[in-house]
Amino acid sequence: MKYKRDPKRIREVLGKKVQFILGDIACVYGGLLAGVSFFGGYPITPASEVAEGMARRLPRVGGVYIQMEDEIGSIAAVIGAAWGGSKSMTATSGPGFSLMMENYGFAVMTETPCVIVNVQRTGPSTGQPTLGAQGDMMQVRWGTHGDLEALAFAPSTVQECMDFTIEAFNLSEKYRNPACVMTDGEVGHLRERIVIPDEKDLKLIDRTPATIDKKDFIPFTNSQTIKNCKVPDFPTFGTGYRTYVTGLTHNEKGFPATDKQPDHERLVKRITEKIMDDADKLVMVEEMNLDDADIAFVTYGATARPAESAMEMARKNGMKVGLLRLKLVWPFPDKLITKLAKDVDKIIVPEMNLGQIVHPVNEYACKHCEVVSAPKIGGEMHLPMELYKYLEGK
Amino acid sequence: MVGIKTADELNKKFLREGMWPTIFCNGCGHGVVLEYTFWALEELGLDMDKVIFSSGIGCSSRLPGYINADGLHTTHGRAIAFATGIKAADPDFHVIVFTGDGDCAGIGGNHFIHAARRNIDMTVIMINNFIYGMTGGQLAPTAPLGSIATTAPYGNIEHPFDICNLACALGANYVARWGVSHPYQPIKSIKEGIQKKGFSLLEFLAPCPTAYGRRNKLGDIKKHWAWYDNNTILKEDLEKIMKYGTEQEKEQVKEKIPLGVFQDIQKPGFFEAYEKLVDRLKEKESKPKGAKK
Ligand SMILES: Cc1ncc(C[n+]2csc(CCOP(=O)(O)OP(=O)(O)O)c2C)c(N)n1
Ligand code: SF4
Ligand SMILES: [Mg+2]
Repeated sequence: MKYKRDPKRIREVLGKKVQFILGDIACVYGGLLAGVSFFGGYPITPASEVAEGMARRLPRVGGVYIQMEDEIGSIAAVIGAAWGGSKSMTATSGPGFSLMMENYGFAVMTETPCVIVNVQRTGPSTGQPTLGAQGDMMQVRWGTHGDLEALAFAPSTVQECMDFTIEAFNLSEKYRNPACVMTDGEVGHLRERIVIPDEKDLKLIDRTPATIDKKDFIPFTNSQTIKNCKVPDFPTFGTGYRTYVTGLTHNEKGFPATDKQPDHERLVKRITEKIMDDADKLVMVEEMNLDDADIAFVTYGATARPAESAMEMARKNGMKVGLLRLKLVWPFPDKLITKLAKDVDKIIVPEMNLGQIVHPVNEYACKHCEVVSAPKIGGEMHLPMELYKYLEGK
Repeated sequence: MVGIKTADELNKKFLREGMWPTIFCNGCGHGVVLEYTFWALEELGLDMDKVIFSSGIGCSSRLPGYINADGLHTTHGRAIAFATGIKAADPDFHVIVFTGDGDCAGIGGNHFIHAARRNIDMTVIMINNFIYGMTGGQLAPTAPLGSIATTAPYGNIEHPFDICNLACALGANYVARWGVSHPYQPIKSIKEGIQKKGFSLLEFLAPCPTAYGRRNKLGDIKKHWAWYDNNTILKEDLEKIMKYGTEQEKEQVKEKIPLGVFQDIQKPGFFEAYEKLVDRLKEKESKPKGAKK
């Protein structure tokens, strides 16, 4: 039987409205609320709880869970399911995310909506399997070959693991691009209180289905039902549109067009512009104490937590410190960073890597202020005191 | 009840408009497998809106492009994993995978193994031309011992992969191997494969004159095609000879590649089993808590 989202059943399976759960499980909840009906996964610490949570719950709502043979197969099946009409997702960590890179690009090129949760751990390679990191923030942006735009969230709390998984589905469906929830071992394995939103407060976006006459339908061009929209209407397999979907450079009909420069440029420009035209609307940040700040933290994910504590310590001691937390890291909020750089003397970028998001911050700060990287690796979060020292300039 | 009589009518019905001509070389066997598949689909009379194709990368993997149906042309080796998701999304789909020996037995081997083991409901049509055709003739895992490839310039020293044997061992529901010079048995077999619940594999031995034949001195296209007739034998004939034949007869056939249906069983397919699981959970939860069976 083809899956149909049943809100009542989903809520029965999720249980009480207020719960105390793991970040990874909150991603499961987010997926189920969004209407996921296919999960393909492969076990990997610290993301396995997402697969385990799905294996328990997905069959109970009538969706399909399959443990695939590896992460290449997981993302492949997820993309296949999306073309069959499912909302689909997978979850992994660094080594698996690396394996997914080729098909991640395939999803971009074929404009396939799907969600990847990456519970980041340290690397390169097997690294520290149980410990958190933020080392894949550039990989999600540049890790597959060719030109693309990424949609990448960074939750700081367990609540956000759920909320951002729902939002990742929404953006992915809206723009027909894979969307990633870049959580990490710290938040993924954190237990916190969450509040499950009521059905009436859930805003779910679904891909726009192809509805026009079959003979007039053009699968890889601007929407034929929404004006000025660069996202094509979605011809779900089995609905009679008989679409050919290829990762080769293709023309508007979807046919391979691999030897002419303009075909490639037209295609890749459209699939990047469909997101970047909306970049300013997509900005999702939290601003704390920025009105009068001389120094600002720009941070995201787990690292925002010690940064907030350091900010509070500094405020108590009379220092004017603020914080800009990126909820959606990609597309990057470039204009906001430029404005912030004009307003403050210094931006400090704490990250659990040797400095990744500090690079676009530096680029868009446009030399209006000093930009300092505050890296920490090895699977430990920054201590507030360590970040406080950056504020003191030590 | 077959409405269509000629190949022209068949092509008109099943070929995708605007994709002609194909990329295939003169004498390539891939087109024949496509034609066999069309006949099988025609005879089955399936609703082509619900027949979904998936393929990897290679000349053989280009076939779905020529079919007037939904098709997902994926990444090298991964078509079967993509197809797993397609089928999961809608149990009404008939999912057919076109793949090559490099795509399926080489880079995609692990996906093949596990889809066969899970008995995922799909029909895999693997065209084995003993070579990586699309990329210009590199060594394939199916290449016969001693054969020449650009990356085996002194002759292949690796043992070739018998993919049918593997599929049988994994418990696939339907496993068959055919050539491309006699249409009737293969068409019947494709029909059986598509109708079969669970995993079916159809391996086709098909010539690639450009990247394999030329290099392996198989002569012109005609001679190359004849090689297949001279070097294959029906599985039943082979078994008879090996049982009752003279030593000389045995010697003559022992290197030949067997053709035929190697496995035809009825294990429940993955999605049948999955649906049962969903029903079992539903039933369990609909019972009041604490009630005994
Ligand atoms: C990840 C990856 N590696 C390598 C290639 C290059 N490549 C394209 S087709 C092919 C071999 C195809 O061989 P086969 O599946 O036997 O198909 P044939 O062309 O012989 O029909 C290779 C190696 C690729 N496209 N992707
Ligand atoms: S290279 Fe070989 S497999 Fe490819 S189209 Fe030519 S003959 Fe066929
Ligand atoms: Mg080949």
